[in-house]
Parts: sequence; C-alpha cells; structure tokens
Amino acid sequence: MNRARLPFLAALTLLWLGAFPVRAEPLVADLSDHLIEITTGFTGAEVLLFGATEGAGDIVVIVRGPAQNLIVRQKESVAGIWMNRNRMHFKDVPAYYTAASNRPIAEIVPHEMRVRNEIGAENLRLATTTESTKEAADLFRKALIRRKQTQQLYGMAPGEIAFMSNSLFQTRLYFPATVPVGIYTVKVLLVREKQVVSVQTTPLIVQKTGVEAAIFNFAHAHAAQYGIVAIFLALVAGWLAGVFFRRV
Amino acid sequence: MQIYLPIAEISVDAFLLLGLGGLVGFLSGLFGVGGGFLMAPFLIFIGIPPAVAVATEANQIVAASVSGALAHWQRKNIDIKMGIVLVAGGLLGSTVGVWLFSYLRSLGQIDLVIAISYVIFLGVIGSLMFAESARAVLRRRRQASTRRKLHQHLWVHGLPFKMRFHRSKLYISALLPLGAGFFVGVLAAIMGVGGGFILIPVMIYLIGMPTAVVVGTSLFQIIFVTANVTFLQALHNQTVDILLALLLLVGGVVGAQLGTRFGGKLQGDELRSLLALLVLLVCARMLWELVATPADVFSLSLVQP
Repeated sequence: MNRARLPFLAALTLLWLGAFPVRAEPLVADLSDHLIEITTGFTGAEVLLFGATEGAGDIVVIVRGPAQNLIVRQKESVAGIWMNRNRMHFKDVPAYYTAASNRPIAEIVPHEMRVRNEIGAENLRLATTTESTKEAADLFRKALIRRKQTQQLYGMAPGEIAFMSNSLFQTRLYFPATVPVGIYTVKVLLVREKQVVSVQTTPLIVQKTGVEAAIFNFAHAHAAQYGIVAIFLALVAGWLAGVFFRRV
Repeated sequence: MQIYLPIAEISVDAFLLLGLGGLVGFLSGLFGVGGGFLMAPFLIFIGIPPAVAVATEANQIVAASVSGALAHWQRKNIDIKMGIVLVAGGLLGSTVGVWLFSYLRSLGQIDLVIAISYVIFLGVIGSLMFAESARAVLRRRRQASTRRKLHQHLWVHGLPFKMRFHRSKLYISALLPLGAGFFVGVLAAIMGVGGGFILIPVMIYLIGMPTAVVVGTSLFQIIFVTANVTFLQALHNQTVDILLALLLLVGGVVGAQLGTRFGGKLQGDELRSLLALLVLLVCARMLWELVATPADVFSLSLVQP
C-alpha cells in the first residue's frame, strides 16, 4: 500500500467510526437539511430523511412542530347566516404533525403503544382548557385534527418510508407553504417485535429569512414604528406616482 | 410568480395582485370612485385573511388619495376648515372603529362583521347607482329635465354649535360634519374603505357644500383617516401588509391612469350602470358566502398573545 495514502484512509476510517460509533448504534438517521427558510418565493419544502439500521426492524418517523394555543370555533346557522357560535381552547397543540412508517402502522406497533407514544394524529393528547362534556371535547378535537389535515399540516403516511436495502431507508417529508415557523423535532423509532429498540431525535428549524422575516419581525417588535413607516411609504409612493404620470 | 406575503402569511401570485390592483385602479379612474369598496372583497375572495385585507387596503388608500388631494390643494379646491372638522370626527371614529375591530376579532366575529357590512353597503350603493343611472338613461332618451330646488331647509339646520365655513359659504352646525366624519371613520376601520361614496353624497345633499370643493375636501379627510387606521391597525392588530399594499399600489396607479384616459371617451350613464351591476355582483358573492353551508363548520385560529 502506498504510504502517502495511509493518513487519508485512517481519516476516512475515523469518519466512518464517528458516524457509526463502536458501540454499534442500532439506528442512525439524519435529514438532508436542518433548516427550512421561508423566503419571498416560498411555496413549500421537501426534506429528505435517510438512515441505516443495524439488523432488521421497522421504522416509524414522527415529525412534530412547535406548540400552539388554538381556538376551535364552530359555526351555526343563525337566521340563515352562518356565524361562529361555540368555541373551545386547546393548549400546546403541535403546529405541525406527521407520522410515517415503512408498512401499515397497525402491523408495527400495537394500539396502546401508539396511544402512549402519540403515534398518529388521532392519538395526540390534545388538552382543552374549556370546560365541556367529553362528547363535545371529542367533537372539537376531531375537528381540530381534520382542519389541520385539510391545511396539510397534519398527516399520516404509512408505507411512505422506503427501504433501499436491508438496512438503508429513506423518506421525503413535505412541508406546505403555510408551515408555521419554529423548532421541529424529527423522531425516528426502530421497532422490533412490537418493541421500540432505539430512538433518535433530530431538530429541524423553520424560519422566515430575508425581506419577509425583516418585515414580519419589524411589524411585531416595533408595531408603532411599522405603522408610521407604512404611512410614510404610502405617502411617498402616491406622491411619486402623481408626479410621474403628470409628466407622461 | 408566487410571492410570500409576510403579514398575510400566504403565498400568492404577484401578477394576480398587480392585475387586481390594475383592474380596481382602472375602474376607479374610469368612474372616479375610490375603489376601496371593491378591492377588499376581491382580496378576501383570493384568500387573504379579511382582517389583513381590510387593514392593508386602508394603507393603500392613503397612497391612492395623495396625488388627487395635492392636485386639489394646488387648485384651492379644499375647504380646510370643513376638512379639519371632518378629520376630527374621522380620527375619533376610526380610533373607535379599530378598537371595535380588535374586540370583534377577539370574539372571532370580525370576518362576519366585515362580510355583513360589505353586503349591506354594496347592496345599498349598487342599487342606488343602478336606479340613478337607469333613470339618467331614460331621461336622456326622453329629453326631459326636472329642476332641483336651490335650497332646502332640512332638520339638520336646526342643530346647535353653528360654525361659519367661508370656503363653502355655509353657516351650519359643526355637529353635522363631525358626525359624518365619525361615521366614515368607523367604516374606514372596519371595512378598509376611504368612505368617499358615503361622504360625498352627505357633503352635497345633507351639508349642502358647493360641488367644486366636495371631492378635494373628501380626499383631504380620507388621507388623515386612513393614515390613522393604518397606524392603529399596525399597532394593535399587526395586520398591515406593506408588501401587499405596494403591489396593489403599483397596479392601481397604472390602472387609474388608463381608466381616466379611457373614461373620457365613453358614454357615462351606461358605464355607471355597468359599475352598479359589478358592485351588486360582488355583494351577491359575499352574501352567498354568508348563507351557503360551509364545507366545514369548524375553523381554527391562534390565541392572540
């Protein structure tokens, strides 16, 4: 072996060992991107999740967005007009939630484990702070999940994870244009014989950048100044337009 | 070309917004109307949240009114004293309006109130305009004319706090312009309109101002009131989208110029009846959204911090 190549190979081996520590983690996974930037042209994003397992097993991926406090409102027809009548508050609702697996989830994990680990949107523990009957709370909870699903913010994608060999897997996570900003967690579970063998959690950050972020932050952090700037811009723009068109 | 609006927080085609601004600008140039009462419903139809549509429209009207107001200022077509009284009422009204807006928003009823206000106002204005232009068309065909009385003594002339307005050659109660300004201010805050379509008839028929100063004085008032609405909406509700306002403005300025040039060559009354039909159509669409069974009776909203 060429002596000059030796350090290079050694470095490569170290890198390899770094990626798969000697203790032989049964599960390694990562994202193609840890940052989703919402810019002017943002129409949604796709992030590739890939990884490897040591030995056989099933993979379940859970993506959870930042917590939100939400109001769910129910419209009723009053004198022929549909208006909001009933409402219910929900605390710490994930802004985004999606679960994926390599084959139907029911074949991988039993029901009580799905409930315990909040696998699948229907198993999310959504607590209401409004006093109500159990039936009403269930109705509103179902409605919350349904609305989130319509907005493509909640999803369940069984069979979306593809194994490329015995141990290598990958899946694409989709985030729509309306994706809320914040810190997301991507949890990858390795399941063997209905037992979670290994868990790996990776963060994913969704943030506004560039002009969008600057405008949004300015509007919220310095609301009064933002208002004055908005008026000033309108006055100048209107005046310029008048001057310009009088010349033409 | 999709563009992400930072405050509305949705992705919209920029050319659609420019086109919309252009269309409403063209109509406003053609008919000499402000166009706010058409723009906000159009924005709501393309999916902009009503609260953002209304507040941003107020911002855009500031821009749309400046050049007109300056032109009238140079020609001394503004009754400054009357304008100041109207502005005083308007500032009060728009402040109350924005407060009401925030309150209704917290109740989750703001979208409903915006929609109902539009249905009522578009319905009334559309019908009046349609009837008026239809009458005008008929009158022209018959070649007959009826004379209006020069001066009518109305109940409004009995109100206290009389004030002299030299430019308008009037001696009337200050409560009248104050009240009119207040009412228009509330509308500006809740509907995102300049309110010229209310203020101008009130100034001519109720206050009795000479037509020469009506448009200039109305624009003078609109600038101050919509500026106040913009400021307060930005302060309390963070619903003013500068990017959206600028896109609409660019389209609107070009459209208005084309509309003004085009309008000079056309017969007025038939056009006015067309505008009336358009207004009624928009009204019907908004009414439909109120009475049609929604796809899902449930909706989500964030708890305001």
